[in-house]
Amino acid sequence: MLTFAIRRLILAVPTLLFIGLVIFLLLELAPGDPMADQPLTIPPEVREQMRQALGLDQPWWVRFSLWLYQIAVVEPQVLIDHLFGTSFAEGKARIISWQTKFPVMDIIVQRLPQTLWVVGMAYLVGVLIAIPIGIISAVRQYSAFDQIGTFVSMVGFSVPTFFTGVLMIVIFSVNLGWFPSIYNTQLRVTDWDSFLQQLRQMAMPVFVLALYNASQISRYMRASMLDNLQQDYVRTARAKGMTERTVVLRHVLRNSMIPVVTVIALGIPSIFGGAIITEQVFKVNGLGQLLIIAINANDLPMVQTLTFMFAVLIVLFNLIADILYGILDPRIRYD
Amino acid sequence: MTDAASEPTRPGPGGTARPLRPEPPAVRDAATNPWGDVWRQFRTHKGALLGLGFLVFVTLFCLLGPWLWPVSPGALDVRNKDLRPVYHLLWDGSARVSWSHPLGSDQLGRDLLAQLIAGGRVSLAVGWTAMLIAMLIGTLVGVLAGYFRWLDGILMRFTDLVLALPILPLLLVMMLLFRDPLRATFGPATGIFILIVTVIGATSWMQTARIVRGDVLALKEREFVLAARSIGTPARRMIPRHILPNVLSPIMVSATLGLASAIITESALSFLGLGFPSDFPTWGKLLFDSTDRMADFPERVLWPGLAISLTVLSVNYIGDGLRDALDPRIRGR
Repeated sequence: MLTFAIRRLILAVPTLLFIGLVIFLLLELAPGDPMADQPLTIPPEVREQMRQALGLDQPWWVRFSLWLYQIAVVEPQVLIDHLFGTSFAEGKARIISWQTKFPVMDIIVQRLPQTLWVVGMAYLVGVLIAIPIGIISAVRQYSAFDQIGTFVSMVGFSVPTFFTGVLMIVIFSVNLGWFPSIYNTQLRVTDWDSFLQQLRQMAMPVFVLALYNASQISRYMRASMLDNLQQDYVRTARAKGMTERTVVLRHVLRNSMIPVVTVIALGIPSIFGGAIITEQVFKVNGLGQLLIIAINANDLPMVQTLTFMFAVLIVLFNLIADILYGILDPRIRYD
Repeated sequence: MTDAASEPTRPGPGGTARPLRPEPPAVRDAATNPWGDVWRQFRTHKGALLGLGFLVFVTLFCLLGPWLWPVSPGALDVRNKDLRPVYHLLWDGSARVSWSHPLGSDQLGRDLLAQLIAGGRVSLAVGWTAMLIAMLIGTLVGVLAGYFRWLDGILMRFTDLVLALPILPLLLVMMLLFRDPLRATFGPATGIFILIVTVIGATSWMQTARIVRGDVLALKEREFVLAARSIGTPARRMIPRHILPNVLSPIMVSATLGLASAIITESALSFLGLGFPSDFPTWGKLLFDSTDRMADFPERVLWPGLAISLTVLSVNYIGDGLRDALDPRIRGR
């Protein structure tokens, strides 16, 4: 298992290199000019100097290698410096956003908590709802609960998040006035009141994302439970005189969780991508909104870094899912 | 691979799949006709039947709509701007309504019903075309990787690589990059249509490719393939005659999923402001344009949103029913 994990980690490096290159070359084709937002009164020679200051006069492979060096060496060094007070990254150039002239990673770190709070909470809530629903649906197959649960999950799976979000805003914040429609990121949780306010403003985005996640995961959970309920070992367990509760919760559930856990792990990175829309609907200034702003403003270092980070998450969680599968199911042997 | 399409038939020496005993069509019952059997199974799935009905209805509504409701979606009627739908009279007698705009009109006086029809044409066309492109690429990659062992490694590594790409951010970037050159070449509407369809198709074929490859690998071990090979059938005849008809059912199921996700992706792109130009209605665009004033005019958000959601829901139900009908082992999951 360890050798498998190490081999996969080593294999992930060329994959990520290739993805980074693909993203870089795509952006290289971009028609936009990062100088476009500068005043027209700037004389052309100064403009040329500004382009040189951004490194735009260099050929693409130089810039790509520099970016690679920065993201693989300099930024981790900055992180280590920040954590342990060392000075590895002293005087080294970091990835600078063209839009704000500020290190890209610092902006990402500022935006990360909002995304993690909303998206992470939504995923957690989704998983916690989905698993019991999947179990009950499978155990009482074709019951009223199962019919309703399957229908709701089909609806949650089909209705796009930008429509559920907008619908929620119309109902709960415009007509009923229960929740604010815009996420206030200035809010600091200091006491009970501000905590309640934070909960209220998180409620709608979390619900929208949680419904979408829960409907997908509960479908997997139900199918996996149904698969296992027909197995011979279940009949054996029942024949031994075990209560139905023990059979379902101890024998069937543990085996059914194997594929579901990997599905949950695989879904985590796609959540960051899917949250782009939800963040846009509720005006949460998280990573997704940052990406949209950067794309519209032609801020190539920011777009490159963010997209690459999404790719890193995908590769990482694929690896985690594979390893989890091997740990949870001893029948799977990778070597 | 035990799908209903291949079970009751056996490939004859000519290679085409025929029923064992050719009976006259009048007495041939559903069991001997594979597609009749699939249809009979499909009919038992209520959701799928309803979904099919709704999809047919929406398609007809969008195709025939311009004849039934001959109002141009772009026609400005500033005197009658910001009208409410006529059904508002039921609970609000003082609402500004007019039978010339049954679903109301927007801030420029454009008719919402006509915009819904026009938007549906675009959304459905994008969905179908992008799905067909994705199926074409996915089937091609899957069959090649499954059938030719020397292509397997490289094609599947490539598929894994594409699967690891963050799709939505890349879609946004690609929309931004190629929008202007294509718009200049093909005109605003056609250029964006080509771009959206290609971009969605090129980023959603991977699941199909994996499923098809797995099925082709299993099919290659079957006796009828061995028999066909023993009489010297070359690959270029083997694939269309023996392999493709037998992987049709997984392709059809993933086609429904592809159609649903293509419609959603197009609406999401429009919603994020990177889709079609603003005077060109699609369901996602209509929804996006109305969000600013949704507090006053919720119906402008509701109708396009409902259209997208119900279409996607019915397509997903069709996919469910089709999967049950084509693969009897997983019925009722």
